[in-house]
Parts: sequence; structure tokens; C-alpha cells
Amino acid sequence: MAIINKLKNSLGKELGALTGLILLGIIMTVASPHFLTLTNLMNILRQSSLIAIAAAGMTFVIITGGIDLSVGSVLSLSSCLTAGMMVSHGWNVWLAVIFGLLAGGVLGIINGVLITRIPLPPFISTLGMMGVARGFAFVYTDGAPIYGLPESFKYLGAGMIGPVPFPAILMVITYLICYFLLNKTKIGRYAYALGGNEEAAILSGINTKYYKTIVYALTGFFAALAGLILAGRLDAATSVAGDGFELDVIAAVVIGGTSLSGGRGRIVGSLIGALIMGVVRNGLNLLLVSSHWQRVILGLIILLAVTVDVVRKQSSEDQEGTLSSFFANLKSN
Amino acid sequence: MSALLEMKGISKSFYGTQALKDVNIQISSGEIQAVCGENGAGKSTLMNIMTGILQPDEGDILFDGEKLVDLNPSQAQARGISIVHQELSLCPEVSVAENIFMGRVPEKKRGLVNFKEMRLEAEKVLARLNLKIDVKQPVGRLSISEQQMVEIAKALSINARVLILDEPTSSLTESESKILFENLLRLKKEGIAIFFISHRLKEIFHICDSYTVLRDGVYVGSGQVAEIEPDDIVRMMVGRELDQSYPDKGTEIGKSVLSVANISREDEFENISFQINEKEIVGVFGLIGAGRSETMQTVFGINQPDSGTIKLFDKDVTANNTRENIDQGLIYITEDRKAQGLFLEMDLNANVVAADLEQVTRNGMVDKKKVAAVGEKFVKIMNTKYADLEQPVKSLSGGNQQKVLLAKWLAVDPRVLILDEPTRGIDVGAKFEIHATLRELSNNGHAVMFISSELPEILGLSDRILIMHQGRLVGELDAKTATEEEVMMYASGRKDDFNN
Repeated sequence: MAIINKLKNSLGKELGALTGLILLGIIMTVASPHFLTLTNLMNILRQSSLIAIAAAGMTFVIITGGIDLSVGSVLSLSSCLTAGMMVSHGWNVWLAVIFGLLAGGVLGIINGVLITRIPLPPFISTLGMMGVARGFAFVYTDGAPIYGLPESFKYLGAGMIGPVPFPAILMVITYLICYFLLNKTKIGRYAYALGGNEEAAILSGINTKYYKTIVYALTGFFAALAGLILAGRLDAATSVAGDGFELDVIAAVVIGGTSLSGGRGRIVGSLIGALIMGVVRNGLNLLLVSSHWQRVILGLIILLAVTVDVVRKQSSEDQEGTLSSFFANLKSN
Repeated sequence: MSALLEMKGISKSFYGTQALKDVNIQISSGEIQAVCGENGAGKSTLMNIMTGILQPDEGDILFDGEKLVDLNPSQAQARGISIVHQELSLCPEVSVAENIFMGRVPEKKRGLVNFKEMRLEAEKVLARLNLKIDVKQPVGRLSISEQQMVEIAKALSINARVLILDEPTSSLTESESKILFENLLRLKKEGIAIFFISHRLKEIFHICDSYTVLRDGVYVGSGQVAEIEPDDIVRMMVGRELDQSYPDKGTEIGKSVLSVANISREDEFENISFQINEKEIVGVFGLIGAGRSETMQTVFGINQPDSGTIKLFDKDVTANNTRENIDQGLIYITEDRKAQGLFLEMDLNANVVAADLEQVTRNGMVDKKKVAAVGEKFVKIMNTKYADLEQPVKSLSGGNQQKVLLAKWLAVDPRVLILDEPTRGIDVGAKFEIHATLRELSNNGHAVMFISSELPEILGLSDRILIMHQGRLVGELDAKTATEEEVMMYASGRKDDFNN
């Protein structure tokens, strides 16, 4: 019972984003007969899982007041390295997967070290990493996709457990782990402290450099996981994968109610944010909106999400979720 | 009673300026001691040395009979010397319990937070302060006074034996202060030694057992509060020679140009009325937190008052923004020249013309020759020392930077000048020149008002003195007859002409 109460509590906090998701769902159900079918819903879960998994890591970074622009490139490089190890060097699938995930983690640690030791602003450091990692992916693959991945690897992206896509299972596991990390361990609790008042955190004797670095390692790790899933689904690893991915991921986190100024945010919100992005994209496809217009619309959604964040920061009262406080603000203005 | 903590012969200087000179202070268990002094008297430096944030150049710190050498903050904390800073340093989104145990969260296993123990311990510490709140809620939801209790709880949770409170009541209401005092008395009974830094004499006489007074970094005296009168402490805080010369005072006063009636802004200042006249210099005195800058920024139009009216040359300008006020001839020169006043990377000329590019443009384009002419003219008026008009402002000394800032504003041809701490942190020579310029402007028919935290400057430069205390205007004095003691009486809330 205690667990159910807790779940109720945390869902209550996500009321704003959740309402948005449900509203979108209702609109889509009315607009398209193909929306509310099991196949399509599972499809949305599969599509959303990539953004959602990377957004889980990004949530930590943004809570500390940072940003990671390199997730798309890290996704690509880790998947290319993993595919290369399996295809060219004949590595065991498990070994290659672990290698790819660790590669993502290491790229994150490099980001963390640049940010805490030099120190570079997160924007600059991860912008540089975005170029460097993407470049290495091109160098490593010579620009050509790596095909012919082992069947067992493809399961990561294309597998099904009953009607449920395997990536969706990975997504749920990711969120369980991140919920635990963020709420129950020092890493998560100090992330909030860091983002809320870094000076106070330092004065209280928290090793802020160490915890910041860990947080960037987490985003790198989960970006790599998203990369492996994508490669599995496409049956190919490419150096162009995940181009512009960072925008979708950051948007999912911000839509989920995590503040870009740090110190405030919840992991479940990011999951809902990613699902909102997934539903919008899926809906636009069903409505036969051209992919060019989709870019425009998704861009506008990002602007809206950040506007909500800024408006929310201006209002002193913020005990409710994203959308409800946004509407409250509209009314009061 | 032997002393728990004793500091002997402490000296400290920064870049050649003596901040503390041979200061002695001691405190016993269960004693509440007031540390008094004007802004800049060295109170904060002394407390920073006590908590290991700064190292003294000379002197000894004895704690419980043990001599502490090369004290650093974590060693000070380990011995139970805790400070609650004036600015609250909590993480607003993080829970009360986590804030109290920040950096020291109890763990179940490695890395895993033991929330239950943390909550119980937090509740235990808060119980000592008689505060029953939900320790799971974010600190940001608490009132300021509750947040302060959380800060004190944080300090206590390291087994504090010496607790330093830096201006703890500056953001509290009277009833909140009362609760704080009850708690301090409770801690006193537990045997904790408390240093209470405050400007407010009433509070000192209400709560403290003993006092130590510092002035200009020098120990002036100490003793039992019961054996002294408030006025004596004021005298000890300010008693010094007027060793600077100031320009002659104005002889005649012109017509009123700016009149402010009953302006208020929530949490900043209340019911402020004054007027300033041509050919007159008005000094505004008050201690930190008195609301002086906030009031003047509102008059200038950076903020709008919640109520009240502001009239400039008989025109209602209450709703004006800063641009409109500048066009009417009213200017405000900020106290923070580096962050808010100057473009440090740009050269002298560019800075001087920055506030009014109109006068140096031709056909919509900035005319370099005009810029140079205007720049040179005003920099000369201010007698600024420079090598090249195109050198960046940041390469000038503080005094010369301040002159450039003044030159910049004189270039817009103002009639009414409000200056916030116009001579803070600059050398005596530059100070004198700025004083002379302000007097000259006044003699030429300008109206000048300035904020200062330096008593000699207030008395020396002003014709008339306004004094603020806790967001209210509490006194108005003729500078020809006013004394430092009298001004301080008002500023520390001992005297109030308008509100009692």
C-alpha cells in the first residue's frame, strides 16, 4: 500500500505534464482512427524509448544546472564502436554492448572533467564534444554505415516480449534505476543541492566536482544505450545517427518540468515529456504532415517548453505541474 | 568562568589595508556576546578568522585551552565553531532535513541515503529550537525566519559549541526576532557560546550578556552589557577624529526640484517623503539594509513605487522609466561601478558618451571625432588621470574609474544628481576631488543627493542629512550642527523623529 501511495504522490506532482499527454491522446484519437490501436501505441513506446532513455540521464545534468549537447554524437559514436567490434573484430555481443556503454560513459566523464577541472562552461564543453565525437564516428566508419549486425544484437531494438517492444522494457528499467539514483542516493540528492545553490553545496563540504562528473558520465552512458537500441532497430550503425537528437532530449526533460536553471526537476516528468514528444511525432505522421513541417512543429514545441520554464521561474508560486502553472500564469497576466 | 574561545592580538591586512589590528576577544560557555561596529569595522573579518575562512597575519586563537594553528573551515567545524551567515545559504528546492545534513548525509550503505535516520536527527535538532515543521518539505516553502532556524539547526547539528550569528535579525520581523531570541536563550542554557553581530542596539541590550566594540579594525573596548548605556556603545563605535578636509558648505539654497511624497515598496521601504533643492547637497545615511539604495533606485525609475508620488520640476514622474527621467535631467549613479556603471573593456571616450550617443551621432552614425571631443572635455572636467583616451577603463585606478563614471553622467547635462556611495573604495586624493566637483556642481545650481556609509563624509560634504533605518526615514538633520553620535542614534534605531 505504501508503494501505491508513493506512486500516487509522484504522479500527482506530474499532473501538468500528464494532463498534456492525455489531452494529446484524446485529440489524436478523435483525429485519426489509427491512433488508438495496440500496434500504434506500442509503436509510440518504441519510438519514444530512445528519447526517454537519453532524457533520463539528461535530467540529472539539467538538475545540476548544466546541459549536455553531445548526446546525439555520443549515441552515434558508441553505436558505431559497438557495431565495429562485433562486425569487424568478431567480438561477443555481450562484450561489445558493454564496451559501447562504457565508451558512452567515458565520453561523459571527459565532459565532466572539462567542466569541473578546467573549468569550461557545460555549454561549450559539450558543444566541443558534440563535434569531436561525431567526427570520430565519421573517421571510424569512414562515413559508411556498418551493416550485418548479429541477430541477438538486433533484439535490443527490434525484439518483442508479447506485444511489448523490448526497448520499452529497457526504458522502464532505465527509469526505475534513475528514480532510485535520483531520490535515494547521494548522487541524486547532491545533484539537487548543486543545482539549487552551488556555493552552499561547496561550503557544506560536498565534493561538487566529483558529483558533477558522475552526472555527465550518466548522460553519456544512457545516450550510448539509446544508440545501441537504434542500431539494433535499424540493423545498422551510422555516423549520421542521432543528428539533432540533443534538442529532442532536452525538450523532453524541459516539458517534463525540470528547470533549465537547475535545482528543480523530477525523473518521471522526463518520461512523460518523452512520451509527449513521441505522441506528437506519431500523430503528425498519422495525419500525413510532411517531415519538413514536422521539424517546424517540434521546434515550436521546444520554444513553448522553454517559455513555460521561464514563465514558471518568474512566478513565485509553483507547487503545481508544468501546464497548470503555465495556464495559471496566462490567466493572471 | 574561564574562556571557551579566546583570540589574542589578531591582526590582518588585505593588500596593504589594515583590516584588523591587535584585536582581542573572548567568550565563555553559555555567554551571548555582542560584536558591535560600523560597516567596515572589521567584524566580518574577525569572524572569518574565527571560523578558519581567513588566516590571521598575527595573533593566537585558543579554544578550550588548546592553541589552534592554521585553522581551516573543516577543522573549525570539527571543534564546533559554526557560523550562520547573513545571506542564507540553503538550497531552496532541497528538503529541510537534507539541507541540515548537507555534505554529511547519514548513509545506510555506501552512497545510499538513510532518509529515516536523517529525518529523525533533523527533527531532534529542530526540537532544540522548538520548531515543529515537516522536515521532508523543500526549504523554499518555509518563511524567512523558519529558514533561518534551519540554518541555525544546520550549525547546531555539527555539535556546535560556539555559534556565530551575523546580522541574524536583518530580514526578520519583530515577532520573528522574538522567536529567535527565545531560541538563543535556550541554546545559552545548553552552554553554547554565541557571538551576536548586530547593528541594532535595542536587540543587543535585550539579549546579550557582554559586548565587544571594534572601530576601523581596532579593538575599542568590551564589558558587561548591564554596566553600560546604549549611548556609550554608539560613542565607542563612531568616536574618531574628523581628519579629512571637505569643501565649504553651500551658502544659499535654491528652489525645490525633486519632491518625493509617501513612497513605499513592499519589503524595501515605507512611506518615504523628502525633497531636494538646487544649490544643496543632501547626504543619506543608514546602515546596511536600511533601504537607501532601493529608495533612490525607485526615485530614479528603475522600479515603480507601490504607492506615493514623485515630482520632478513640479511634474509628476512617478510612473517614469529611467530613460524618461534622464531626459528630464535626473540621474542616478550606481554604487557598483564595475558591475553596473562602466564598460570596463571599452575606452574612456566610449564610456563617457555611452549614456547619450545622440549628441555624437551624425546622420545616424557615431562620429568618432565628436566622441573624442566630448570624451576629452568631460574627462578633463573631472581631472581624470589617464595615459590615452583610448585606453580601456579597466586599466585605470578605482578613483579614476569613478571619475570616468561621473564624467559619463555629466555628459548628459543633468540637473538633479543622485549618487550611491560615490567615493567607496577609492583613494583620499580622488575622494577629495570628487567632493570638490560635487560642491561645484551644487554651487552652479545643480541639486545633489548622495548615499554614503561613511559618517565623516556625510557630515563633511552634506548641507542636510537624511537618515534611514529599516526601510524608513527616521531623521533629518542640519549638517552644520549634527554630530556623528546623533546620526548614529537615528541610524541604529535609537531615535526616530517621524514614526514614533
